[in-house]
Amino acid sequence: MNALPAAVPITWYLALSALVFVIGVVGVLIRRNALVIFMSIELMLNAANLAFVTFAHFLNGLDGQIFVFFVMTVAAAEVAIGLAIIVNVFRLKETVYVDEVNQLKG
Amino acid sequence: MLWIIPALPLAGAALNLLFGDRLGRKAAGWLACAMVGLAFLATVRVVLVLAGLPETERALHEMAWTWMRVGDFKVDVAFLLDPLSAVMALVVTGVGFLIHVYSTGYMAHDPGIRRFFLYLNLFMFAMLTLVLADNYLLMFVGWEGVGLCSYLLIGFWYHKPSAAEAGKKAFIVNRIGDFGVLLGMFTLFAWGGSLQYDRLFAVAPAVFAAGGAVITFATLMLFLGCTGKSAQIPLYVWLPDAMEGPTPVSALIHAATMVTAGVYLVARSHVLFQLAPVSLEVVAVIGAATALFAATIGIAQNDIKRVLAYSTVSQLGYMFFACGVGAFGTGIFHVMTHAFFKALLFLGAGSVIHALSDEQDLRKMGGLASKLPWTHGVMLIATLAIAGVPPFAGFFSKDEILEKAFSSGHYGVWAVGLLTALLTAFYMFRLYILAFRGPSRLSHEAEHHLHESPPSMIAPLVVLAGLSIVGGWVGLPFQEGGHLFERWLRPVMESGTVGQALAQAAGHTGMAHAAGHELSAGTEWMLIFISVAVALAGILMAFRIYLQQPAAATSLRERFAGIHRALLHKYWIDELNDAIIVRPLDGLSQMLWRFWDTRVVDGFVNGVAGTFEGVSAVLRLFQTGYVGTYALFITVGVLFLFLHFLRH
Repeated sequence: MNALPAAVPITWYLALSALVFVIGVVGVLIRRNALVIFMSIELMLNAANLAFVTFAHFLNGLDGQIFVFFVMTVAAAEVAIGLAIIVNVFRLKETVYVDEVNQLKG
Repeated sequence: MLWIIPALPLAGAALNLLFGDRLGRKAAGWLACAMVGLAFLATVRVVLVLAGLPETERALHEMAWTWMRVGDFKVDVAFLLDPLSAVMALVVTGVGFLIHVYSTGYMAHDPGIRRFFLYLNLFMFAMLTLVLADNYLLMFVGWEGVGLCSYLLIGFWYHKPSAAEAGKKAFIVNRIGDFGVLLGMFTLFAWGGSLQYDRLFAVAPAVFAAGGAVITFATLMLFLGCTGKSAQIPLYVWLPDAMEGPTPVSALIHAATMVTAGVYLVARSHVLFQLAPVSLEVVAVIGAATALFAATIGIAQNDIKRVLAYSTVSQLGYMFFACGVGAFGTGIFHVMTHAFFKALLFLGAGSVIHALSDEQDLRKMGGLASKLPWTHGVMLIATLAIAGVPPFAGFFSKDEILEKAFSSGHYGVWAVGLLTALLTAFYMFRLYILAFRGPSRLSHEAEHHLHESPPSMIAPLVVLAGLSIVGGWVGLPFQEGGHLFERWLRPVMESGTVGQALAQAAGHTGMAHAAGHELSAGTEWMLIFISVAVALAGILMAFRIYLQQPAAATSLRERFAGIHRALLHKYWIDELNDAIIVRPLDGLSQMLWRFWDTRVVDGFVNGVAGTFEGVSAVLRLFQTGYVGTYALFITVGVLFLFLHFLRH
């Protein structure tokens, strides 16, 4: 089980996870290209996955690993739908910049 | 089988509504007639069944379905045919059928004939529901239904402002009365626990203290409804104006059937009224006062239909004071005979109006006897009947009413009734003479178009004339155990003696000696003699004044100019009502509209709307429409939650 070097403490893994998550959040907030936002969302999901795996390893449980599979499945589905939406938005508006998709503004 | 009686006219109305335009004008009328004719036959059939039952079981109940059930409150759509409703249903369908037939001739040239028959059939449905219902609430449905049809038919020629006004007046005045009926029903249910006739009347002596405030209030409220529907003081004002409607409508609704609904209601509720001597006294006094009051107005009117309208009000007064002195059966007897001769009078008047190209002013008639022989003949019969000359129908019922008033010790009411009989004979013969005798005062135009009415109008007149002669014979006096009509109604009226006995036991003897008291034959003969003498005196007076010395009428009019003016203007009651009720109400409504409605109510509503608008204007700024902004809000929110949970 202990394939990883014991010298790497749990904090490092979590810090990496948090870092990736924040990059994702910032990406969603500041980028305007829908595709990039999409990738940022994937970053956040994978940061969560990393945290799950870390805890599973250090707590000697399988729950976290299984959760990751679920997250990956959902993420795959979400990508399929999300890309479909983006393609349709592009067909309609000739753009993938989210700021320009604001017809619902009152 | 009972349900089919009201259902037939309803089906007629529905068919007329859906397919009437394809049927054509004639067929629409005949369809309506056929439906009412069938309803009449159905009524005859069930009445024969009823008559075949032993006297004590003479009531047919029929439950259609349960209308509503809320806790203890249960109302069925159920019908009851007992001797009382049988009489009413026969009169309504029988006279109604004749008037329908007459209308096919009278309304033949009216563009709205289909609508007319639709309303007429609808009216028949409502009226039959009213008389055949077996509980107060279903009765009230019919009661409101006839009110609606009355409104629709008075305003039938809605393009005439006077007709539209009259319709509204009838509706609004009746609304006041209906309010009373509702209050009465609430009271009866609150104490009696049921609105079904049999159940309520069975418990009534036990739950209502005889002469107590509750029953007195309930019956007075019911009677308020009757004064509205049956045009008694103080709510009679709508009936004379209702003459704006087509004449067959005046005959059917405002003479023969609908206006007698109030008498029917009082007779139906006689168990309750007998528990409330004060209410009965009120009924008697109001009835007598109305009879006299309307008769005096009738003397001075010049519109042929208005004279008849006031005579209707007056005759309804007779019916009520019969009920008031405890002779409910006699009141219903007069309802029946009155339906015959008053329908005949109105239809006859309609025939005259038809012949004279819509002239209604008596001053422009005269000498029509030879020109309209049939109309003249039937009008003479009807006039003799209403004047109370034997052996015509009106004599028997009117004489019996006076006799009951006398025998129950209401001498004042009796005297008023006698005076009214004199006036009735007088003004009815005034109408007859002015229209049919003397020199012709027709305009040249009317003279030119003068014609007797078509057979479809004459035939119903002849049938009604026959009924006006023989209709009273079911009430021949001097018979062992009461006359035929009295014996027929006995199963219904008998139950009243329970209440009466209880009222007596409780010490309220006011009405106790009412209907049952027997007079000696000598006294009875004397009363008959007096009432016949009075009728003949009235007739003679009319002949002397209006036929032999036309100048006498003018000189009388001049000598009593003040009185004549008061009568002509109907004692200025309409003006009085206008000043003390209509105009203050109007002013109040104006004030409420301008202040309360536009300022307070509208202000509140607009204020609420304005507040939301203001708040939204601020909140709207958060909704930028940019996905990034929303994402930022979500992130900030998540961060807040995160911090919140970290701290605990």
